[in-house]
Amino acid sequence: MAAVRTSSEIGFNRVAIVAVLVVTIIFLAPIYWIASTAFKPRNLATTIPPTVVFQPEISPFVKLFTKRSQLRSPPTPEEYAAAPWWERVVFNGGEKIVRDGKGRVQWSGYPSRFMNSLIVAITSTILAVGMGTFTAYGFSRFRVKGEADLLFFILSTRMLPPVVVAIPMFLMYRAVGLNDSHLGLIILYTAFNLSFSVWLMKGFMDEIPKEYEEAALVDGYTRMEAFFKIVLPEAATGIAATAVFCFITAWNEYAFALIMTNRRAQTAPPFIPSQVGAGLPDWTVIAAGTFLFLLPVAIFTFLLRNHLLRGMSFGAIRK
Amino acid sequence: MTQIELRGVQKYFGAVQVIKDLNLKIDDNEFIVLLGQSGCGKTTTLRAIAGLETIDGGDILIDGKPVQHLKAADRDIAMVFQSFSLYPHMSVYENVAFPLRATRKSRAEIDSEVRSVAKTLQITDLLEKKPSALSGGDMQRVAIGRALVRRPKAMLMDEPIGALDAKLREEMRAEIKRLHIKQGSTSIYVTHDQIEAMSLADRIVIMHEGVLQQVGSPDEVYSHPANLFVAQFVGSPVMNVAEASVTEKAASASVTVGGAAAGFEFPRALLSKLNGHASGQLALGIRPEGVIVRREAAEGFLPVETKIVEPLGSFDIVDLMVGSKMLRARTKSGFVSGPGEKVFARIDPAQAHFFDTASGRSLGVRL
Repeated sequence: MAAVRTSSEIGFNRVAIVAVLVVTIIFLAPIYWIASTAFKPRNLATTIPPTVVFQPEISPFVKLFTKRSQLRSPPTPEEYAAAPWWERVVFNGGEKIVRDGKGRVQWSGYPSRFMNSLIVAITSTILAVGMGTFTAYGFSRFRVKGEADLLFFILSTRMLPPVVVAIPMFLMYRAVGLNDSHLGLIILYTAFNLSFSVWLMKGFMDEIPKEYEEAALVDGYTRMEAFFKIVLPEAATGIAATAVFCFITAWNEYAFALIMTNRRAQTAPPFIPSQVGAGLPDWTVIAAGTFLFLLPVAIFTFLLRNHLLRGMSFGAIRK
Repeated sequence: MTQIELRGVQKYFGAVQVIKDLNLKIDDNEFIVLLGQSGCGKTTTLRAIAGLETIDGGDILIDGKPVQHLKAADRDIAMVFQSFSLYPHMSVYENVAFPLRATRKSRAEIDSEVRSVAKTLQITDLLEKKPSALSGGDMQRVAIGRALVRRPKAMLMDEPIGALDAKLREEMRAEIKRLHIKQGSTSIYVTHDQIEAMSLADRIVIMHEGVLQQVGSPDEVYSHPANLFVAQFVGSPVMNVAEASVTEKAASASVTVGGAAAGFEFPRALLSKLNGHASGQLALGIRPEGVIVRREAAEGFLPVETKIVEPLGSFDIVDLMVGSKMLRARTKSGFVSGPGEKVFARIDPAQAHFFDTASGRSLGVRL
C-alpha cells in the first residue's frame, strides 16, 4: 500500500516541494543579501539594480576591525609597497588605517562589542538554563504548595513588553551602579529568560518518567546524585533547546542594551547601527559586522542540532 | 538472612486511606506475592517498603530494625519496576553496573560482578547494547540483573512482567521462579494477576481497598478462602457464589439455590457445622470444578438446563440454570453439545464453601 502512490499524491508532493522552496528562498534572501554585501567593494554595495556578480573582497572586514580615516591624497608607491596586503585593500577604497605614535594599528569598537555580546549572552544563558532546570525539576517532582499560582506568577513576568520597564530599570540600575556593566546586562537577560526557561524545562522534566530517579534512589544514590547522573542526561534535549532560545534572545536583545550601556559593556546590536551615522554610511562594513554577528547563533544551533532533533523518549520505558 | 515485618502500617493520600493497619511478617528467602485489584494499596505497600513512600503510622522492620525513617538508598533493597526503568543513555553494562558504582567497589570487582550476573541471566551478548535496542523480555532480564547485582537484602518487584505479552509473560514467570530458587532471596512481588500469584508465591497476601484480606500459601488461599472477596478474586474461572438456604431433609441436609424447586443434597453434618446460620444471610460458594454434571439422572443429582457453553480447549465451562441462578460448571470438553440441553448436576460437598453474606466471612465449614 505504502509503495503505491497515486498520481494525485505525486502531484501534491511536487506542489509541496515548490512551496517549501519558495518559503526557503524568502527566508534565506536577507541572509544572502547581508553575506553578499559583506564581501562587495563599497561602490557596488548600493547600485541599482543590485550587483549580483562581483569580485569578492575582504576589505569590509578589515575596515570593520580597524579605525580608518579618509586619504587626502593617494598613497605614494613606496607607502603602497610597504603596506601589508590588508592595508592595501583599504588604500584601494580611498581610506587609510589609523595608527598610534608607535605605528600600532588602532582597533575599531567592534571586537570589544562582540566580546561583550559573547560574555553577556553565554553567561546569562548558563544562568537562566541552570536555574530554570533546577526550578522546573522542583516543580515537576515535589508537591509544591500553590504550584499553579507560582508558575503563573513566573510566567506573568513576560506578560508586558520588557521595554515598558526600561526607564524605571535604567533609573534603578544607575542608582545601584549597574548601568554600563556586564553584570547588569547579565542579570537583566537572565531575568528575561528565566520564566521562559522554567516553563520550557518543566515540560521536558514532566516527560522524564520519575521511575528513573526512583530506580536510582533504590540503587543507593541520593536525590542529588540521581538528578545529575540520571535526570540531567535525560533532559539534555530539553536543555539544548532551551539554551538555544535563551542564547538567541540574549544575543539579539537591542533595546535594553542601547539604553543601559554606552561604552564598557555595550553589546554588538546597538553598536552596529551606530556606525551608520558616522560620516557617509559604508554599508559593506555594516553588512560585515552583521554577518559576523549572525555566526555564533548559527554555530551554536548547528552544534546542538542533534539534541534538538532527537526524540525525547527512545523506548527504554514501557508504558 | 532477611526478614521484613510490617507492623500496623497506615498510609494516607490526602483524606484517602490507602493502607489500613497492615501487619505482615515475611521470612528469610520467602517469595511473597501481594495480590489485589488496582488501587488496593499493594504497590503503595511495596513502595513504602522500598522507601519511595513515607508512611503515616506503624513500623517497617528489616531484620528487626525499624527502617521507616531511612532513605531508600540506605535500606539495601532492590526494586524492579513495571516500566523496567532502564536508563536510556547508558548501555546495558552501565545499567547493571550502576548500583555497584554507588558503592566503593573497584573497577575490576564491578566488572566481574556485572559479568557473573549477566551470565546467570543470559544477557552477556547484550551488555554493549542500549536499552532501546532490546526486546521486552530482554529489558526485563536486564532490570532483574540490575536489581540482583548488588546482592540486596530483599528484592521488590512491581508487576515486573505486566507490560509483556501473554506468551512472554509465561516464559518470564518460569524464569523468575527458577531464579528465585537458584539465588534465594527474600522477595516481594506485586501483581493483579492471580495466576502469576499462584504460580510464583510461597505465600500470597491478598489486599482489597487497603485492607489485608488473607495471607496463605497458594493452596490455602485457593481451597480455604477467608472471605467472599478472596473466594471470587482467586481462581479462574471465578467461583460461583449464590445465596442459599439450608433445610433438614431426613438423613441429609438440603441446600437450595436461586429459589429452585429442589435443593442439592449435603451430609447431615452440615447443619451442626453451620451452627445456626442455616436461615438467611448465607451464601454457598462452589468452584466450577465442584459442580459435577451427568447426562443421566442419578441419586442426588438435580435436573438442570444448560445455557452457555464456553469451550476452552482442555475443558469446557458450562452455565447451568438452577432456579433463577446461574451456576458455572467445568466439564470435559465436548461433554455438553450446546445450550438448551437437559443434564443433571450435583455439588461436591467437599468443595463447597459457606459464607456469611453480611460480613462476607467464610464460616469455615469443611465437609
